[in-house]
Amino acid sequence: MAKLELTDALTRAQTYPHAVLAYVGPDGYPVNVAVDFTTSSDGLVEVGPLGHDYRPTADQEVELTFSHIRPQPGVGYDERRYINLWGRATPVGAGLRIAVRTAAGWDEADTPFFEYAERGVPEGRTYLDDVGARPRLSPWWTFFLATRLPFLTATLIPVGLGGVIAGRDNSFHALWFVLALLAAVAVHLGLNMANDLFDDASGADAANLTPTPFSGGSRVLQYGLVHRRSMVLGCASFYAAAIAIGLYLAAERGWALLAIGAVGVGLSFAYSAPPLRLVHRGLGEPVTALGFGPVMTVGTYFACTGRWSWQPFLASLPVALLIALVLYVNQVPDRAGDAAVGKCTLIVRWTPAHVRMGYAVTAGAAFVCIAAEVGAGVMPAWTLLALGTAPLVWRVWRGLRDHYGDTYALIPTMQTNIALHLITGLLLIVGYTISIFA
Amino acid sequence: MNTTEPILPSPVRALLDAALVGELTVIDQTGRPVTYPLIPLSDGNLIYLTSSVLFSRKLRHIKANPKVCFSLTDPVAVPVEPFSRATILGDARVVEEDLHEGWEDLLPKWRAKEPAIDFFLKKRFGIPLFFERSVIEITPRRVLWWEDGRASQPARVFEFAGVS
Repeated sequence: MAKLELTDALTRAQTYPHAVLAYVGPDGYPVNVAVDFTTSSDGLVEVGPLGHDYRPTADQEVELTFSHIRPQPGVGYDERRYINLWGRATPVGAGLRIAVRTAAGWDEADTPFFEYAERGVPEGRTYLDDVGARPRLSPWWTFFLATRLPFLTATLIPVGLGGVIAGRDNSFHALWFVLALLAAVAVHLGLNMANDLFDDASGADAANLTPTPFSGGSRVLQYGLVHRRSMVLGCASFYAAAIAIGLYLAAERGWALLAIGAVGVGLSFAYSAPPLRLVHRGLGEPVTALGFGPVMTVGTYFACTGRWSWQPFLASLPVALLIALVLYVNQVPDRAGDAAVGKCTLIVRWTPAHVRMGYAVTAGAAFVCIAAEVGAGVMPAWTLLALGTAPLVWRVWRGLRDHYGDTYALIPTMQTNIALHLITGLLLIVGYTISIFA
Repeated sequence: MNTTEPILPSPVRALLDAALVGELTVIDQTGRPVTYPLIPLSDGNLIYLTSSVLFSRKLRHIKANPKVCFSLTDPVAVPVEPFSRATILGDARVVEEDLHEGWEDLLPKWRAKEPAIDFFLKKRFGIPLFFERSVIEITPRRVLWWEDGRASQPARVFEFAGVS
């Protein structure tokens, strides 16, 4: 329950059909009984008539509770809300007059359940510590959450694109491709864990009370599911694995690959690590575009072919723009928490109208890019299949327009936006693949 | 869970079985009553409530003072015909040897009242602390029952062992 303003609480109380009067009886047990009530604007509530046997003594501290649910057959109930009022009771006839002094309550229409639960996390962590318990989750789910595994689609698409372009150039090599993929996956997972560590240290994730499956970090540190030390170890292990694979690839395929690897690792770490903390400076999107676009696609292509080409760089541009937009939209629900700790993302800096415009322009640029590159003969005609996802841009834009201020209503929009990147990327890969055999 | 013959009066058991929400009142560290709407579950002898550690203040209050009261007052949240009201005074115990799974013994009864809980359980990994839960076990000491629901009238009183 959260504290409420008295006037607000009394106004809300008037909408309930009855109250529950609670007081501590002479035997030390609390007693609560249903009562009729009337409120007045001067902070007084009159209740009664009361039964003779169950009434508090004069000037005793009492509580009034007003509770509401709406039964939903097959589900349970919804519309949960309640109010608690506390004050001193004065007998008046067969009833009581209560001078209300404090009020608290919860209304899920104002504070959705998930936000309400999130607000309870510090209380829950303290309680768990006090009783010597730790929250548990299976190792698989803990790993799944801590690494934010589903976001690997951001890596699979550009790496797959690099591989298929190498295939079109008759230079696909399964071993080098798999190693490039593993290195990219390791960097990505290391980045996700580093991002959680630094957002935990800055307080950004703790300040975010409306996390979603797509925003607000993994929460494994906030929930006490993983020790900070384990997170550091996991993060370092992924980076170490990525560097080791990268060194091997560079030694085997050409030392120029080191430059790409260094840019990838450097960008991923500087994304949230001080002193650069690029995402705090509104540079998260370009960094993400570069890292999950050209760096991965060109890197994979080079690993497979051992040579440079403009083809993978240019082909990665639409994917780069769309993955930047995944970060961009996913930061919308984070904006209050981010602003609170000085993490000045573009979403924090811009008005909702500018955010929508930025989205439309960037998404439009991604599709213009595809068409232009096909027109210029850079990409095969079959990649025009990817234009089929363009209607999703409208759906995301409309979601940003309609649900900008409602985090939970925005979840399907974030989902659609992720699908936009994934499906467009897959269709580009499919287009290249068809062109190999066509 | 107790399997002996139920000691709670039959109409009160009917209220408990039907209730989607009732009101638990505990006493805080200042001696003030504090009430929480909760789903009651019962085997006819004891009343069981569960509380996530996220909302654990009531658990601390009960540990400091186990005297509690649970009422069934809302005709919407307690859909029985004919409607009556009851207040159960009792001693509460917080059961939390296994916060992760201990409360799951109550899941069938919880599910019967709130089928949506299965949806949330499937997403347990997303709200893990919500499913770290203590069980509040209330041993009734005195039951007040208002047959016609009018609490301004004298209640029928049922006493159980241990009432001071």
